[in-house]
Amino acid sequence: MAVADDIRIKASSESLLRSDQPRPPRDYAQFIRWALLFAGGLVMVMPLVYMISTSLKYSFEVYNLNLIPEEPTLDNYTYVLADGRFFTWFINSLVIASLTTISTLIFDSLVGYVLCKFKFRGRYIVFIAILSTLMIPTEMLIIPWYMMSQNFGWLDSYWGIMFPGLMTAFGVFLMKQFFETVPDDFLEAARIDGLNELQIWWSVAMPLVKPALAALAIFVFLGNWTAFIWPLIATTTTSLYTLPVGLSSFGDEADVAWELIMTGAAISTLPTLVFFLVFQRFIIRGVVMAGLKG
Amino acid sequence: MADHSPSDARRIPRPDTRQHGLVASRWHRLSIKQKQVVWAWAFLAIPIVFYTVVRFYPTANAFVLSFQEWNLLGPRVWVGFDNYVDLWNDPVFWQVFVNTFEYLLIGTPISLVISFFIAYHLDKVRFMHGTIRALYFLPFMTSAVAMAWVWRWFYQPVPIGVFNNFLAGFGISQIPFLQSTTIALPAVLAPAVWAGLGFQIIIFMAGLRAIPQTYYEAARVDGVSNWTMLWEITLPLLKPTLVFLVVFSSIGFLRIFDHVFNMTTNNPGGPLNSTKPLVLMIYETAFGGRSQMGAAAAQTVVLFTILLVVSLVQLRILRDR
Repeated sequence: MAVADDIRIKASSESLLRSDQPRPPRDYAQFIRWALLFAGGLVMVMPLVYMISTSLKYSFEVYNLNLIPEEPTLDNYTYVLADGRFFTWFINSLVIASLTTISTLIFDSLVGYVLCKFKFRGRYIVFIAILSTLMIPTEMLIIPWYMMSQNFGWLDSYWGIMFPGLMTAFGVFLMKQFFETVPDDFLEAARIDGLNELQIWWSVAMPLVKPALAALAIFVFLGNWTAFIWPLIATTTTSLYTLPVGLSSFGDEADVAWELIMTGAAISTLPTLVFFLVFQRFIIRGVVMAGLKG
Repeated sequence: MADHSPSDARRIPRPDTRQHGLVASRWHRLSIKQKQVVWAWAFLAIPIVFYTVVRFYPTANAFVLSFQEWNLLGPRVWVGFDNYVDLWNDPVFWQVFVNTFEYLLIGTPISLVISFFIAYHLDKVRFMHGTIRALYFLPFMTSAVAMAWVWRWFYQPVPIGVFNNFLAGFGISQIPFLQSTTIALPAVLAPAVWAGLGFQIIIFMAGLRAIPQTYYEAARVDGVSNWTMLWEITLPLLKPTLVFLVVFSSIGFLRIFDHVFNMTTNNPGGPLNSTKPLVLMIYETAFGGRSQMGAAAAQTVVLFTILLVVSLVQLRILRDR
């Protein structure tokens, strides 16, 4: 009995420790574990560190592999941004990713809400139909999309880049899952108060699923910010490129001027990196939420 | 349509009169249930149009086009199974087919083993936990195109490339990363694995957290070793997470494109097609100048089939165990 109690106390104190505040590693093995993990983490960010450090170097220093530039300079940034192309691509990416995210949030949550909270014939079929599109790879659709865009004159326009991503089946599924957590009583109460269904969705149900909306927004924005193959096909005018497409063409053109290429890469990567560092906890929670429920 | 006939005017409900318009009075006669149905379909109207026009119709179109020949300009000509037969007889396709599966068969196991290993140990570390997690996760926030260029620079020969410079420092002879037909494919795959690790680690850790501590406590009472706990408790209970990550990352590796395209822009899929995945072949067939839309559509159908079969087989195997 005493032994069992002992173990229980030990076990519970250990499980407490596990979720306790940060504290220095306790024993030798634990310290090695920590040190190796930390070293591994540093290796993981090495490419990013090299990218940034090289973007701050003069061309003659690029071949030195020192991490801190001897003569740090912003010349590469002035040079790359001077002709305004990167600025245009940046704006293009920002506008396209933002508009797509807004559209996805609105429509995915609306469809998820309807499929979750409204009882009507055909709802199951609609759900299955939308979900089935998850199996179709984007690459299969790009050729028909291209034909469509050509017919309607959508090539080389924001709309042409955006239209395939305005709604996602993944988001519908995710939002439907989360609307399950909204009690029907709330909606019923709002109905009795005389709100119409649009108002109930927007002002009663939506605020209750904010975490899910945020998670979806992160995924959709990141996905569109880094999207490559469709914008590559849908645009031929340099001024309509998105950052990835622009960077790809710039890399070819700058050829071996690696410090310039690294500057371009940094310009297209830093915004999301900074965003992550600022909202770290929140983003990781969102990724887990979307990953596990989706 | 826009002429203001009296009948049209009557349809607009006017709040100040007792007589409702036609539509409005019908609306008020509906029961709450019926109103809900109307609302539901009204909400779904735009999405249904979207899914029909931008998802279902293009899918059908791709299947149809795969039995046709078309160069974007002339008429679409039915050619039966010719596109598929041509593909079957094309040696490049078979190389591409093998490459695509190499990306899958190297990428998925390696990335999952590494990410599980890290997640398993990181889960036991409290000190600076958030910081270390952030270090591993950061690459996930990057764009594949930007990182492809960074890694491309790493792979350059001495004196430019970081890796070869590093090796030269130890007196090791140079490795022609992107020039060798055998090394190029893993070299192109490496940044894809690297960028995906963070996501997998986070998901694995969430899975590990979901396992109730009581199992471990009970096992510890029984004097079970850590190794046995890993195989008898952790991994079996982690199966749903594992299944998700296997299927998810496999689909990603089978569809690899951004990295390959950007690391081999001077000779896409090179050297000698040794890094060319199916998606790059599709891109080149359709948009690489010759505009063989039918042939490219047939390749997309093959891609679709591969993704479907691989996912189903994986689900089968992993669920049964």
